[in-house]
Amino acid sequence: MLFVIVAPLALAVVALAIPSNRRRPVALLAGALVHAAGIAVLFGAPPPARAGAWLAFDPLAKVALLTTTALFVAAAVYAQGYLARRDDRDNRIFVGGLLFLLSAMTTVALSQHLGLSWVAIEATTLASAPLIYFNHNARSLEATWKYLLICSLGIALALLGTFFLALSGAGPGGPRSLLLEDLLAAGPSLSRPWVRAAFVFLLVGYGTKMGLAPLHSWKPDAYGEAPGLLGALLAGGLTNFAFLAIVRVFQVTRAAGDEAFARDALVGLGLLSIGLAAVFVVGQRDFKRMLAYSSVEHMGILALGVGLGGAAAGGAFFHSMNNGLTKGVLFLTAGNIHRAFGAKTTDEVRGAARRLPVSGPLFLAGFLAITGSPPFSPFFSEFAILNGAFGEGRFVVGGLFLALLAVIFVGMATTVLAVVQGDPGDAPPVPNSGDSWLTAAPPFALMALVLLLGLFLPEGLRDLFGAAARLVGGRWE
Amino acid sequence: MASFVDLVFILVVVIDLFLLASSRLGAAIRTVAIQGALLAALPLLLVGEGHHLGHALLLAGGALAIKGAFIPWLMFRAIREASIRREMEPIVGFVPSMVLGGVGVALAFAFSSRLPLPSAGAHAFLVPTALSTVWAGLLLVVTRKKAVSQVLGFLVLENGVYVFGLLLSDVMPVMVEAGVLLDLFAAVFVMGIVMFHINREFSSLDTEKLSALKD
Repeated sequence: MLFVIVAPLALAVVALAIPSNRRRPVALLAGALVHAAGIAVLFGAPPPARAGAWLAFDPLAKVALLTTTALFVAAAVYAQGYLARRDDRDNRIFVGGLLFLLSAMTTVALSQHLGLSWVAIEATTLASAPLIYFNHNARSLEATWKYLLICSLGIALALLGTFFLALSGAGPGGPRSLLLEDLLAAGPSLSRPWVRAAFVFLLVGYGTKMGLAPLHSWKPDAYGEAPGLLGALLAGGLTNFAFLAIVRVFQVTRAAGDEAFARDALVGLGLLSIGLAAVFVVGQRDFKRMLAYSSVEHMGILALGVGLGGAAAGGAFFHSMNNGLTKGVLFLTAGNIHRAFGAKTTDEVRGAARRLPVSGPLFLAGFLAITGSPPFSPFFSEFAILNGAFGEGRFVVGGLFLALLAVIFVGMATTVLAVVQGDPGDAPPVPNSGDSWLTAAPPFALMALVLLLGLFLPEGLRDLFGAAARLVGGRWE
Repeated sequence: MASFVDLVFILVVVIDLFLLASSRLGAAIRTVAIQGALLAALPLLLVGEGHHLGHALLLAGGALAIKGAFIPWLMFRAIREASIRREMEPIVGFVPSMVLGGVGVALAFAFSSRLPLPSAGAHAFLVPTALSTVWAGLLLVVTRKKAVSQVLGFLVLENGVYVFGLLLSDVMPVMVEAGVLLDLFAAVFVMGIVMFHINREFSSLDTEKLSALKD
């Protein structure tokens, strides 16, 4: 297990040492492939669960790592084409940072120790902040500053929450440990007020990182200004790990007997996120910012699914995978469109389908998928969550969810259709920015994966989502 | 000895209030350094029968080096290069923010008397000091416009978290505590780099200028 953490880290060091700007991205690809191979080996021969281990390959880690490793391989292939075109920029920090990010994210997934999880999440913030500043202009600097400051605040509050949790088990006879298995075993003997305080602080802290409203304010700026490649990895990858950390804390809160409160908090924040995204998506002219609000929406859907429980929890884990892969398609193609037009608002961009015969239609397909149109996989996971809401008798929540999804569909459609349709006409063409194999094939492959998961969900994955859902008291239907 | 520990906790809270009312950045940085140094002494003062002296020494040394010396030095460099002296127009004025800070201190004392402490040996002022320092730090970050002030607020917030962490020094493994210091260091270091770039890009460390991105 240590291998999938150390290998990307070692390659990050190698990438920092490589002097050639052109050869360096190869280290990224190598890191992605080695990581994917390591994950495959872990799936083939699962490591035996040992008591007291700080790292374990549990169902939550499996879901998150499976999504991210697929996304990262696609992003690494894309990076070969993207960074070759951006030879004007030194990519030393960018490549090294991405590999460091991969290593930190893997640590978050595997960590069974909540202190270690916190350190790893802080490491993801530090690894990703300099990457947002890749374009070295005033706007990306502003985005970086907001990201760093807001996420650091969140992470500081999460640390306080972690301390509260440690304190809840510090009494006589308590586990005196932050290992997940010890906390779960201690269950109701944990001090209830401290567990509740810990859940609130950790939800706020990691919720900031995940981008749940009202703690999402860094997200439109960061995703709007970062290269599409990074947006894909943040929106599709990193947020899933913050979600995973929240799920782990929820497990503890549930074991300690404060389940109802935690569920209400998750449902409330979830609906608030979806509602806020609906407000800001309508009339959004900047298509990258629109994607950021879509990310806020889908984080809300994940929180909602886990909060509702029952069949919705299984749907939430399925949705975390679907959202991750579809966000990859959307951000990578949005990056291509941004580059081909040198602009990212509907005032200047139109006719993307004509100028980019692959990326344009893929962007449209990605939009259809993320808003829950059949036969793409997000339709099935959102349907499972809706079904779960009604199954649990939460008709108001389910109805609200459905209504907000409809508003978001219409709002996003206006922007996306304006970008894709029409004639590029007088928009000045940018040289060397058309679709190439390296920049068009990765989003295409991810899109195919999203379609495939919608048409046919393998038995193994069903079992995996079921196992993950059972950890939070849900099930897979 | 006990009264000396009381004094340290009270000083830490007074420093929180002073920072909320202070407009001179140089003085604010110096005060944060003093707060850091006071906090570094705490693990040694609070050492009880359950603690390891070596561990406490290590923690105190690390805190003193980073909170008391290295970070203030970094901040002084930042204001010297940007040649700024004062926080001119905070979003919430100095007096209102100090009043808010005072309310926070009162609430922190009221709350902590109700929260059950699993380990009985803890000092009575520890939890309220930690919570009011966290609150003061949050206020500073949210209400100030200069990047330097915001980073100082973050440091105060981290100081509060650190005080709380002392409650757990016999429960938590050393690694996590080392992680705390390391992360504080790394975060401020990265923030320092960003500040340097903000200064170069806008010739000012005023985050008001960072307002191109909005909906």
